[in-house]
Amino acid sequence: MADLALQNSGLSSSASVDRSRVLTRFKVGDATFKYITLGSAVTVLVILGGVIVALIEGSMPAFQAFGISFLWGQSWNPVTEKFGALAPVYGTIVTSLIAMLIAIPIGIGTAIFLTEICPPWLRRPIGTAIELLAGIPSIIYGIWGLFVFAPFLQSTVQPFLISLFGPIPVLSSVFAGPPYGIGTLTAGLILAIMVLPFVASISRDVFETVPAVLKEAAYGLGCTRWEVVRNVIIPYTRVGIIGGVMLGLGRALGETMAVTFVIGNAHRISASILQPGTTISATIANEFTEAVGDVYTSSLVALGLILFVITFFVLAAARLMLMRIEKRTGG
Amino acid sequence: MDVAKNPAAYAKRKRASTIAMGLCIAAAAIGLGWLVLILGTLLWEGFGGLSVAVFTENTPPPGSQGGLINAIVGSLIMTFLGTLFGTPLGILAGTYMAEYGRYGKLSMVIRFINDILLSAPSIVIGLFVYEIMVARMGHFSAWAGGVALGIIVVPVVVRTTEDMLNLVPNQLREAASALGLPRHVVIRKIAYRAAKAGMVTGVLLAVARISGETAPLLFTALNNQFWSTDLNGPMASLPSVIFQFALSPYKDWQALAWVGALIITFAVLALSITARTLSSPGKQR
Repeated sequence: MADLALQNSGLSSSASVDRSRVLTRFKVGDATFKYITLGSAVTVLVILGGVIVALIEGSMPAFQAFGISFLWGQSWNPVTEKFGALAPVYGTIVTSLIAMLIAIPIGIGTAIFLTEICPPWLRRPIGTAIELLAGIPSIIYGIWGLFVFAPFLQSTVQPFLISLFGPIPVLSSVFAGPPYGIGTLTAGLILAIMVLPFVASISRDVFETVPAVLKEAAYGLGCTRWEVVRNVIIPYTRVGIIGGVMLGLGRALGETMAVTFVIGNAHRISASILQPGTTISATIANEFTEAVGDVYTSSLVALGLILFVITFFVLAAARLMLMRIEKRTGG
Repeated sequence: MDVAKNPAAYAKRKRASTIAMGLCIAAAAIGLGWLVLILGTLLWEGFGGLSVAVFTENTPPPGSQGGLINAIVGSLIMTFLGTLFGTPLGILAGTYMAEYGRYGKLSMVIRFINDILLSAPSIVIGLFVYEIMVARMGHFSAWAGGVALGIIVVPVVVRTTEDMLNLVPNQLREAASALGLPRHVVIRKIAYRAAKAGMVTGVLLAVARISGETAPLLFTALNNQFWSTDLNGPMASLPSVIFQFALSPYKDWQALAWVGALIITFAVLALSITARTLSSPGKQR
């Protein structure tokens, strides 16, 4: 049994006293290592718990000052120390929705291209390139958005949108001018580019779980490629796609630097998506180090808590859905 | 699907398919186009500003010449600290989940929590470290920045370590155990060695991720205009310098921000490409 190891450890195997001593040492070593790893694993849980506790503790002064109505309060006035979360929460949700509206079709389209159309030798390079898009630091999207993308939108796209939707009753207020370049729409578009790789790579992963026989059977019946995608692949992977989309949404909700650059940081809720707004993370990034007074700081921490709670539920839902897909394929 | 009876319907279905597939190709082209656009802009705006001074001089006040050396060194120090804090914890936690509690309840909970931490907004991590370190110690510091980055490293390393250890065939462990090796030696000498490439990939990906992070540094390490290697004080980092300089009204600061952006992006991309080539094909996430 342990003879070989005993010899390796340089001890005489003849003496049973030594033998039992070595075995004890093994046992102690085993137990120590196990508990070190267990401790590290528990630390991961403690970190998450710590984040929640620290945020709740930090946001208490704000909730004590404004009560639960902090959640839907509209004012954000550092001078009179009146704070409400509605404008940043609204901005967070609107920018994320714009992002998902654009990223979902493009992301899924890219995934279909990668799994169904793309020649095999091109799959890896293109797949990697799309994933590199996710690796670019978000501050780079911010600086690019501010200096390249926003001026482009201001000079071409936004005037076009304003004149196009001007005569249409509801849309005219959604696309009301003037074109600033920066604003909610710009932030949403930048976010769309940022979450696109997440949607694309997870959709690709779940598309690859579709059994080849199912596709072959559909082709055998005479289905076109699009019909196979629409009637076989997408229904089969629906849960996984939704999981991937939610994961992208989680990213979009919490993204900070890129949004901070291009959203304009105005604490107001305007119907027009061309106007400056703000998001939770942009507000924190912009104001935290300048915040004076407990209530101001605490209000920003409270915003962080709201953001964390929202993303927690979105990400949890995403993970549950992706786990269901994984379980089915035995992965 | 009777083609012979109804050729018009068949042609229509074929056309729909061609259009849909064309749109998918366009979607992929858009994604690739963005990548090219962004990298192209970075080269265009930043390449001209690259000079020796960038790597030898400190960040300048507006209107004068300077470089980014204090920010580059600050970034390196805090990235190192973050990796130092996060990697051992991540590897050990991943080891527990793969080797000891693979099917246990605790591992399932940790896996779930870890996946959430993996995508949690990094600014929230910054707030957390502010609350537990900066507010208590009363000042911003490179230590706090390093801890914040370390917390971001952990979930990435946990995930890859667990995945890679799960791929190690059990026969290897059984063979080693049959030779009489105790379990911790089997794990350290056999399982780790077999999973090494994948685990290194995980660490590299984590380093790539934190070296571009800005949000958690804004109120932990803050920023610093001067040369500083004092871990107890505020420290400059490339991302926060880019943030400050790009949003400033000064043209020369903005130009330096582009140079910084170029440096950081290509460093990060080089790291992630290295990580991907290290991991075995088809098994990367």
